Amino acid sequence: MADMKQLAGPQSRRRFLAVGGGSTALAAFLAACGSDSSSTTTTTSMGGGKSETAEFGKGDVGILNYALTLEYLETAFYGDVVKSGLFKGSDLATIRKFGEEEAEHVQALTQAVKSLGGKPAPEPKTEFPLKSAKSVLELAGTVENLGAAAYLGQAANIESPEVLASALAIHSVEGRHAAALNTLLGESVTPDGAFAVPADVPTVLKSVEPFIVG
Amino acid sequence: MSNRMSNEPLTNPELAAVHVDDDSEDLSRSEVLLKGALAAGAVYGTLAVGPYVRKALAMNGGGDVEILNFALTLEYLESKFYEEAKSRAKASGELKSLVDLLAKDEQQHVEALEGTITKLGGKPVAEPKFDFAYSGTSGFLKLAQTFEDTGVSAYNGAAPMIKSKEVLTAAGSIVQVEARHAAAIRLQNKEEPSPAAFDPPLDEAQVLKAVEPFIA
Repeated sequence: MADMKQLAGPQSRRRFLAVGGGSTALAAFLAACGSDSSSTTTTTSMGGGKSETAEFGKGDVGILNYALTLEYLETAFYGDVVKSGLFKGSDLATIRKFGEEEAEHVQALTQAVKSLGGKPAPEPKTEFPLKSAKSVLELAGTVENLGAAAYLGQAANIESPEVLASALAIHSVEGRHAAALNTLLGESVTPDGAFAVPADVPTVLKSVEPFIVG
Repeated sequence: MSNRMSNEPLTNPELAAVHVDDDSEDLSRSEVLLKGALAAGAVYGTLAVGPYVRKALAMNGGGDVEILNFALTLEYLESKFYEEAKSRAKASGELKSLVDLLAKDEQQHVEALEGTITKLGGKPVAEPKFDFAYSGTSGFLKLAQTFEDTGVSAYNGAAPMIKSKEVLTAAGSIVQVEARHAAAIRLQNKEEPSPAAFDPPLDEAQVLKAVEPFIA
């Protein structure tokens, strides 16, 4: 299909991204997709370089292990928050529910890595600053919004349609969590506007680095 | 179809009440798809929508333009729904701001999808006529929740078939916003913002069999 070929180049990507009436949201979206303007290769992808998740494994295994590492982190975070005693009642119930869902993501991703013949990433040792309910909620919001952006950043790099379907199924749940926390924080449920902005691997890893202690 | 409808309780009766105009002779495939998706959602819950859409699109080759046109039809529906709701939903305070935000977001999705379809050399489908049967704030909220959850499932079901990476990321960017809308509306309804750990359709074979009568 001629259209497909044209689309593959960065030039046509810019054209594509220019739709939507010049909204600033799409401009931000474009910026987040990188600006490798010299490249004309058809393997150029939205997440940045092809090997962004190479340190986690090859191809889909690497992407899944990257996601698994983030899900381990979220699970540990909610576990610590529940134990902290900073929350009660419905807020505690929400946090507990979100933590359970992250744990399910860990299980699903571990299985997915194994089914592809890969070795699941190890659970990182984590430590989170749990000072006050407010600061914890803010951190939760940051982590969930980042998680959603991380999945979005990798979607187009996934090769297997089955893995993609699973990642999308998790991605939108991260988006739900993020929106719920933003609501609790009195912030916009769609901080990026009508189009969620993806995050690349270096950005995500840099953001979570302070919480990984080993 | 009628057997199943009469034998089983509707999961979302309010969804079944949405009328998509089919008087026109050139009923587009997207409208047919939308009607089927709504019907599947009404009878089996929104989880049923993803595989329905996947199957229906796959049956016709389902190029990116067709997928985008289906998405566009859903966005037309949501956009119209919230635009009307500004005066119909009797919303105030926080909810009023949310309705305004959602109307704006969905309108931007419509414009982005129309633009993308045109860039791909396709023709954006015409906007169908919709008739939303609800009254009052609670009626609005109930229907809004169904639409947003349906939207998430529909995008998640169709997205793996998208061929262009750019289109896929754009669809992902939109579905995340739909998921955020869904969570916000669910909170307004005092329901779990994320009812399950995964948003996808699960029981595909069973659902496909059940929704086949809806496919024109």
